[in-house]
Amino acid sequence: MDLKEKLVSSFLAFENSVDIDSYVHDVRSEAIKVFEEKGFPSKKEEAWKYTSLNKILKVDYSVFPKQENALDYKDVKQYFIHDIDTYKIIFIDGKYSSHLSETTHDGIDVCLMSAALNKPKYRLVIENYFNKAASKESLASLNTAFASEGAYIHIPKNKIADKPIQVIHFSTGNESASLLQPRNLIVVEENSHVQIIERHQSLTNNAVLTNSVTEIFARKRAIVDYYKIQNDTANASLIDNTFIKQQRESIASVHTFAFGGKLTRNNLNYYQEGERIDSILKGVTILGDKQHVDHNTLVHHIEPNCESHQDYKGIFGDQSTGVFNGKIIVEKEAQKTNAFQSNNNILVSDKASINTKPQLEIFADDVKCSHGCTIGQLDESALFYMQSRGIPKKEAKALLMYAFSNNVLSSVKIPEIKQRINKIIANKLGVDIGFDL
Amino acid sequence: MSKYTEDDLREELKTKEYEYGFYTDIESDTFPNGLNEDIVRAISQKKEEPQWMTDWRLEAFRVWKDMVEPEWANVHYEKPDFQGISYYSAPNSKPKYDSIDEVDPELLATFEKLGISLDEQKKLAGVAMDVVVDSVSVATTFKKTLGEKGIIFMSISEAIKEHPELVKKYLGTVVPQKDNFYAALNSAVFSDGSFCYIPKGVKCPMELSTYFRINQAGTGQFERTLVIADEGSYVSYLEGCTAPSRDENQLHAAVVELIALDDAEIKYSTVQNWYPGNAEGKGGVFNFVTKRGICEKNAKISWTQVETGSAVTWKYPSCVLKGDNSVGEFYSIAVTNNYQQADTGTKMIHLGKNTKSTIISKGISAGKSQNSYRGLVQVSSRAENARNFSQCDSLLMGNECGAHTFPYIEAKNKSAKIEHEATTSKIGEDQIFYCNQRGIDTEKAIALIVNGFSKEVLNKLPMEFAVEAQKLLEISLEGSVG
Repeated sequence: MDLKEKLVSSFLAFENSVDIDSYVHDVRSEAIKVFEEKGFPSKKEEAWKYTSLNKILKVDYSVFPKQENALDYKDVKQYFIHDIDTYKIIFIDGKYSSHLSETTHDGIDVCLMSAALNKPKYRLVIENYFNKAASKESLASLNTAFASEGAYIHIPKNKIADKPIQVIHFSTGNESASLLQPRNLIVVEENSHVQIIERHQSLTNNAVLTNSVTEIFARKRAIVDYYKIQNDTANASLIDNTFIKQQRESIASVHTFAFGGKLTRNNLNYYQEGERIDSILKGVTILGDKQHVDHNTLVHHIEPNCESHQDYKGIFGDQSTGVFNGKIIVEKEAQKTNAFQSNNNILVSDKASINTKPQLEIFADDVKCSHGCTIGQLDESALFYMQSRGIPKKEAKALLMYAFSNNVLSSVKIPEIKQRINKIIANKLGVDIGFDL
Repeated sequence: MSKYTEDDLREELKTKEYEYGFYTDIESDTFPNGLNEDIVRAISQKKEEPQWMTDWRLEAFRVWKDMVEPEWANVHYEKPDFQGISYYSAPNSKPKYDSIDEVDPELLATFEKLGISLDEQKKLAGVAMDVVVDSVSVATTFKKTLGEKGIIFMSISEAIKEHPELVKKYLGTVVPQKDNFYAALNSAVFSDGSFCYIPKGVKCPMELSTYFRINQAGTGQFERTLVIADEGSYVSYLEGCTAPSRDENQLHAAVVELIALDDAEIKYSTVQNWYPGNAEGKGGVFNFVTKRGICEKNAKISWTQVETGSAVTWKYPSCVLKGDNSVGEFYSIAVTNNYQQADTGTKMIHLGKNTKSTIISKGISAGKSQNSYRGLVQVSSRAENARNFSQCDSLLMGNECGAHTFPYIEAKNKSAKIEHEATTSKIGEDQIFYCNQRGIDTEKAIALIVNGFSKEVLNKLPMEFAVEAQKLLEISLEGSVG
């Protein structure tokens, strides 16, 4: 039985096991139909031209984790941004871990999707927002069909979340290979502000496939600051589907730090539904081994006077593959749009490859849109200069690569995250330099 | 003086009929509609082709039968009925004249309207014309001068008879029969086209050029061009097209193959001005062309195109940079107006070491048209030090048109250096204002700005063509702008 059949047939059992009201029930039933019809995407589809899921889908995943595993904080402390005070929503194999978490209902709601889905007091929010941004694409639908757990964050009007929120999904996979489908909903009301850090971490040698969906709603003048840290083990794969709907004058930025895992696919979709919106998409990708990262972004400019800024940097070594597929659509009504996209890549090894496809689809005439894309090498003369000043080649290279990705890092607003990323980069590049000299 | 507004311009453009739309009534020898093996055989027979050629065509036909029309391009149109087309049409009694006076006067009048009277052409800076009216070459000039240099320039049907060894060796090597749907169709039914061979070390002394015209109602035109530049040679080849105004859609599926052997250089320029359909988007030519060149060591192929016509364009002149140090270039201006749709671009396949490619593409869309750039830059793992520079600029006029860019960049070698940039903008009000206040009216100002926008590409065209291209740009955009 292949994975698709397995999922479709286990849907009924799943439906019976969760106690839910009719609204979500309808959404789920519809979603499973969509998935059943479309199946997993294949390389024949334009959006999946460079990323094949075949190998990953061959693994026999257990769809529902059976036993609950506990983790000791000291064992997993390294995966937290632990030097600042944060709210924490922690999941182990898809199950909430109250022991590691720190949630709140004081002014803002930082809690669980399962609670939100079941408690009547969240009903209105769920009906207004749940599955309202996610696309009808097959993987997102699959997640919707099985949506039961994840982070639920609701920031009411005129509130600034007093500390950042960390959402971490651990997988222990003690029993077997596992498929996780976390579902996050983030609603930021008028004039509110929130910072969120998301991480998926595998602690096992068994294969893990995560198919995650995050819906983010930024209402009028809201500010959302989202950081994704992807630095997983060689047998963990992640398909991250993020959908962001923005209302007027809101600012939403997503920083994606992709340092690996077996296969990572980031579907990042922005829908601008008001005027004077700013959307920021930034990413640093540093890969080695046989890792594969695919950034698939969409910015849909629907209303006039909006901006979007995309900046993705990639460094590819060993036999890794990088894909960047950025699409900007500017509708006829979206006059005075400023849309910028840039994708810069460095290939370090002859066996690494990069496929990039920056697309513009423009239907409005009074716009400023540009995209740029480069593939190149480190500057030999700069390297030579540093070596002549006594900096060893390895360090010199690392410094240049760090400088190359610095544009993206400089817009990170939480210093502790920047430090953490710096450490990961130094580690990835095999040097011992604190970059924030 | 009353102000000449955007609306006036638009109105004027709408009422402007296709200037080159006319139809010459020449008695034609036309095949019944439809396509099957017998028709393919009949075409081959009609052209008195040898058996190997007939087999080659049949092979292509058998492949084509099982192929489906590609749908990935960003264009929408009613698919042509391939069984509703006549696959062969030749002007009656192929004339073999020694002097122009003997040529059918009606045909000469056709040339006159096109502004390419042979007399004038002869006087013009040494341009040899292989004139194609409805698929069969009718007049060839300057053949003697070329002959002295050993250059072979003739219709491909003649070449099949006279130089079978060359045709056999190279035909289908760059664009194989089963390359794609339209290339397979062309391989099966191509009626005529040009053949050109430049011997070793010869620099072709003049620009070679062919005019293509679609003339007979309801006939598709399937041109086949094969240009071979032997080691160390150079040739500049021009191709230009205009077509009569017609209501039903006409299909054009040409194949062009360029072969540049070691140290050779081919410059291939196209001006395409087929009937784009009227202001309501009715009629117009479907242009589905496969053009590709292969570069051996130190060779260079340069494509330049000015695309202003056709209702639907689907065209990607490509370079396979097989030899070390080879160079590929692509310069393009694509203008769409009214309901025209263009999906055009290039492929640069870097296989050899130190290969270089440059892509400059300028898209101008006006009216309700859709203009797409689609390009591929591919660097294989063995292509050390490959270098590519791509630039795609789009100019939008009016808010009902669209400009799209679909670049594909695939690099598998760490020494590759690839740059791609694309911009989209409109003509600035300040630019127009500046021109206005210097006494240049709005329409002229727009022509000036568009000209400047396309300069990089226009500069690459040979002199005679550049003038025509510039004029074409003006005609196709007149009044569409604000």
